[in-house]
Amino acid sequence: MSRQSMRANDPKKVSGELFTLTYGSLIAQLLKDYENVDDVNRQLERMGYNIGMRLIEDFLARANPGRCYDLRDTADKIQQAFKLYLGVSPSIGSWSPGGDEFSVVLETNPMAEFVELPDHCLGLRYSNILAGVIRGACEMVQLEVMAWFIADQLKGDNVTEIRVKFVKRLEDAIPAGED
Amino acid sequence: MTIYNFYLFDREGQLLHYAEWIRKKQSGMARDEEAKLMYGMIFSIKSFVTKVSPVDLREGYLTYTTNKYRLNLYETPSRYKFILNTDIHAQGIKELLHQIYTQVFVEYVVCNPLCPLTKPIESELFAAKLEEVVKQSPAYASRPA
Repeated sequence: MSRQSMRANDPKKVSGELFTLTYGSLIAQLLKDYENVDDVNRQLERMGYNIGMRLIEDFLARANPGRCYDLRDTADKIQQAFKLYLGVSPSIGSWSPGGDEFSVVLETNPMAEFVELPDHCLGLRYSNILAGVIRGACEMVQLEVMAWFIADQLKGDNVTEIRVKFVKRLEDAIPAGED
Repeated sequence: MTIYNFYLFDREGQLLHYAEWIRKKQSGMARDEEAKLMYGMIFSIKSFVTKVSPVDLREGYLTYTTNKYRLNLYETPSRYKFILNTDIHAQGIKELLHQIYTQVFVEYVVCNPLCPLTKPIESELFAAKLEEVVKQSPAYASRPA
């Protein structure tokens, strides 16, 4: 019980460097395993998706945020989740006129400290795992979204920017009928 | 006050876990058939309640009471359904269900990469912790006469 009560008030903290370096070695290994950077991007997105599917439960249990009723709600909660898990507060902005698309802007990217991209992997989206996490987590709460990077500090942009687009609302599964 | 039994369903209506403490009357059918009926009823009640409700419904907690027992349903935003049957006087069941979600399900199933999320839970640790949390709750403690 001590473990849980500790977690409830103060989420267990680990050194950010440990996380960043572990992620770095994952990328290095993926680059070795797949020669093509596009494949690496795809793998990262898939891994992120798998993490997101489970992470959402932890987020719901800890932050108890309730259900989202519109996309602005969702954006706020994504912001809150970044704070909880990565210790950074991204800003939300650049809403599309239809209100179905927004950007998550990170001033600093905690996943990419100590990183320099070598020339031969300029196509690599280093933090692509985050896009997968957002997609996986949203899918579990009946929101199909697309998430992708449009700016990356590693590639000389000022900020790191993830674009999130609402695709559709997923419906409740109907129970399997009697045969 | 007492707690009778517990069902956990995933978003597809699959029974992930069943536990019982006191159940004097069995339904007389196989567990999976019973689970299908249970899920079907919950599904219907939910859609019925949403349609008929005169006010906007936002909460993921639902109960109904007969004169012998009360069914308590807690649904997470990710559509996991936690169902606990208690007697009609049991208090604090909503909190207990939330506790089962955060301290048992998330800790011992979601955070356990070897536990698939779409199959019935086989983890013994999960079952043991569920047992512990339920038995510690005040609603379980006082048995009916």
